[in-house]
Amino acid sequence: MADTSLIRRAVTARSQLFLILLVLAAILVPVLNLAVPAGSFFHLPSYAVSLFGKYLCYALLALSVDLIWGYCGILSLGHGAFFALGGYAMGMHLMREIGSRGVYGDPLLPDFMVFLNWQELPWFWHGFGSFPFAVLMALLVPGVLAFIFGWFAFRSRVTGVYLSIITQAMTYALMLAFFRNEMGFGGNNGLTDFKDVLGFNLQSDATRAGLFVVTAAALAGGYLLCRWVVGSKAGKVLVAVRDAESRTRFLGYKVEHYKLFVFTLSAMLAGIAGALYTPQVGIINPSEFSPANSIEIVVWVAVGGRGTLVGAVIGALIVNGAKTLFTGWFPEIWLFALGALFVVVTLFMPQGVLGLARGQGGLAEGAKRALAFLEQAGIKRKGTGS
Amino acid sequence: MRTAFLSLAAMMLLFLAALSPLPAAAQSDNPALAPHLAALDSRDFAAKGRAVEAIAQLDDPVVVPLLRTLGAGDLYRRKSDGLFFRAERDGRDYKLFDLQSGDLVETLSGSAVTRIIVNNSMRGQIDALLGSLTLRADDPAQRLAAARTIFEERDPATLPALESAIAAEDDDDIRALMETARAAILVADDGALTESRLEAVSVLRAMGGREAMVILKGASGDEAPAIAEAAAEGAAAIEQTMQLWGLGQNVWYGLSLGSVLLLAAIGLAITFGVMGVINMAHGELVMLGAYTTFAVQEVIRNSAPWLFDYSLLIAAPLAFAVVGLAGVAIERGVVRFLYGRPLETLLATWGISLILQQAVRSIFGPTNKEVGNPSWMTGGFELGYLTITYNRLWILVFALAVFAGLLALLKKTPAGLQMRAVTQNRAMASDLGVKSGFVDAMTFGLGAGVAGLAGVALSQIDNVSPNLGQGYIVDSFMVVVFGGAGNLWGALAGAFTLGIANKFLEPFSGAVLAKVLVLVFIIIFIQKRPRGLFPVKGRAAEN
Repeated sequence: MADTSLIRRAVTARSQLFLILLVLAAILVPVLNLAVPAGSFFHLPSYAVSLFGKYLCYALLALSVDLIWGYCGILSLGHGAFFALGGYAMGMHLMREIGSRGVYGDPLLPDFMVFLNWQELPWFWHGFGSFPFAVLMALLVPGVLAFIFGWFAFRSRVTGVYLSIITQAMTYALMLAFFRNEMGFGGNNGLTDFKDVLGFNLQSDATRAGLFVVTAAALAGGYLLCRWVVGSKAGKVLVAVRDAESRTRFLGYKVEHYKLFVFTLSAMLAGIAGALYTPQVGIINPSEFSPANSIEIVVWVAVGGRGTLVGAVIGALIVNGAKTLFTGWFPEIWLFALGALFVVVTLFMPQGVLGLARGQGGLAEGAKRALAFLEQAGIKRKGTGS
Repeated sequence: MRTAFLSLAAMMLLFLAALSPLPAAAQSDNPALAPHLAALDSRDFAAKGRAVEAIAQLDDPVVVPLLRTLGAGDLYRRKSDGLFFRAERDGRDYKLFDLQSGDLVETLSGSAVTRIIVNNSMRGQIDALLGSLTLRADDPAQRLAAARTIFEERDPATLPALESAIAAEDDDDIRALMETARAAILVADDGALTESRLEAVSVLRAMGGREAMVILKGASGDEAPAIAEAAAEGAAAIEQTMQLWGLGQNVWYGLSLGSVLLLAAIGLAITFGVMGVINMAHGELVMLGAYTTFAVQEVIRNSAPWLFDYSLLIAAPLAFAVVGLAGVAIERGVVRFLYGRPLETLLATWGISLILQQAVRSIFGPTNKEVGNPSWMTGGFELGYLTITYNRLWILVFALAVFAGLLALLKKTPAGLQMRAVTQNRAMASDLGVKSGFVDAMTFGLGAGVAGLAGVALSQIDNVSPNLGQGYIVDSFMVVVFGGAGNLWGALAGAFTLGIANKFLEPFSGAVLAKVLVLVFIIIFIQKRPRGLFPVKGRAAEN
């Protein structure tokens, strides 16, 4: 990554625009929150900083899904699991940071363990007192799980919808497991009541702004990494796998190795997103593993434009922004809107928002597709009616 | 209102009768009762115990209610005259009830009554005594309960009463229970003859069941070697039988779960297996079927309650039609534009599932709806040690019937032939005059209609809420993937295998972990057989 020529090659015009916007956000959001007085029109409330931070986490997550779905054709319906695992790794560290400030004041055990009458810390909680270890685990746990899962799945050539369904089964199984108190991850309630991270109070505005900047940096880093991967020779092979897997294999490429590499990398990115998500949202619980969440990630990517990276980020921001607004204003309508979004995007906007915006023909093309759809529907109705 | 009461002594009685305007209809002018009753109101528990024993020997109608009240800790003595009543606390006051008739006598303040206190050992003693006292009651249910109590208490003191009760008993079932109770007492009684104890062991062994096994296990440490050996043998024999029955029960639970999975998955086996369409809205179609049942029952409740027992028979064809039409609409409106793009189909149908969920939530509300069981689906029966409920049994029958019907439809009718033709080779079928678009719509509609039928059945055992479908979607996909897409037999085998596997894992790992293990198993299984248990062979299998 230190090789500047590589980075320069990866940064195209669109990437530059994206990165500039990201840097602007990373500067503006903390400034508007911290430096502008609370009464001012331009003041950004603190909750908004955390909210935007959460969006950026989702954007990084969407980026990781786009990397495998957009560039390698692997539709994972279980990416929420990697995200949640990263989140749990960070959550465990934050739990240990609470120390004796918990409700029960136990210096060693988190509150929920005292509540469950546990006598000692389970073995897998050891080490999480150290921040670097927790970060390492947020990378390694999703990475290793993805590696093992992918190694078995790709080697036996489980592809297409079968792969989608078993990734869904994976996250569903993890959700059920994490709901159990006996697992030692807080069961139903998950991990919450965090106090501080690396000595900074999580409730303070400065820490929130700091986390926002770190998240923006992680998103920028993740984006550059993905750009670099898809721009490399391996990236070309990945696209070849997406478009003609058998042919790529016949040409002598080890398709499984490429898939495994990109799947593991993507899971680690999702893990980082989760690790950044937990301190900003203040809770991580098993519902993050629910299959519905994972499918929603896919729609962010589809809305923004599959196989574009920037599109994934845009999609995540659009859909989540809309979700916040809709669930605030008319909660009834949100699921209708989200459902309609799934249908409309798959039927009329296979390139997503970015596809519509790309050049002047984009929008017209979408309209043309809609017209063709209506025409076809009309003809078919006549055809079957007679 | 002193219509009846319990007196302490004859003298007291006379005294009262002279005072009260309504002379007491004294039922216990039994002079033998008096000294024992006096002993009850003391602090000496040993003396109290002897008094209770003595009271139980008396032949007086007040004995049973007196002891029952005493055992429950509700016996009070009125200080003014020393009479006994059952009392209930009412704020600061006590309501006194007559022991025999249960009529309210009067309400007194707490200082006017004394509670007769019993301790644990007395309570046990009273229970046992009551058991033997009610052994000769006129009501068979009471006698049965008494025999049950004796069997549980196993107090050797009740043996004589039990013997005479057995001789007088004319109900076979009750006598059998009494004899087992006697055997249970005898087995543990060191004083009894070895032959009668051995006989008792064989009676218990013949009876079987968990309780007999526990008694025999207890007796297997007996000092007499013959008894110990026979008891240990008997316990082992019962344990073995119980294990077999336990196995049977697990198989039944597994079949029951399997039938539910089969119902949920079989529609999917058509849309996913036969057409290759991933219908993520399948669970919501099941939910629509359940809501159709609810709506039918609502109409019946309001306008024709006598039809309630037939509500499911009416709901089934309706649900098939309603959900089938919804399926046709989904196919014509969305799915047909996405043939050959399975991942996009998956996303679009997921969107539809969200819309359906929210639509139902908006129309019917987010709470669970109550769907009643018709009378022929309530209750159950015992088969040996198996408990089989009618609703589970009918659902199993229904699932198999739906399966057989679908199989016949696909294999024996012209419509089924066309469906198979289109799915195997669309172009060729079109050339031969099959309207492939029409057949697509019908096939999808059929799969949806079957989901509706599943909804009718699931409404009987699950909560009918907008989230009903979500609970089944992952499971039913697992069944189809495990069984092998494109094969109804695969769905059958998959559903019952997973159902039984789940239920056999549960005792070892708990319900949730069992499910997790099954999911992990499937994920590993798919690696070995990516096309399921019964893969479709030949050209159709490619892509």
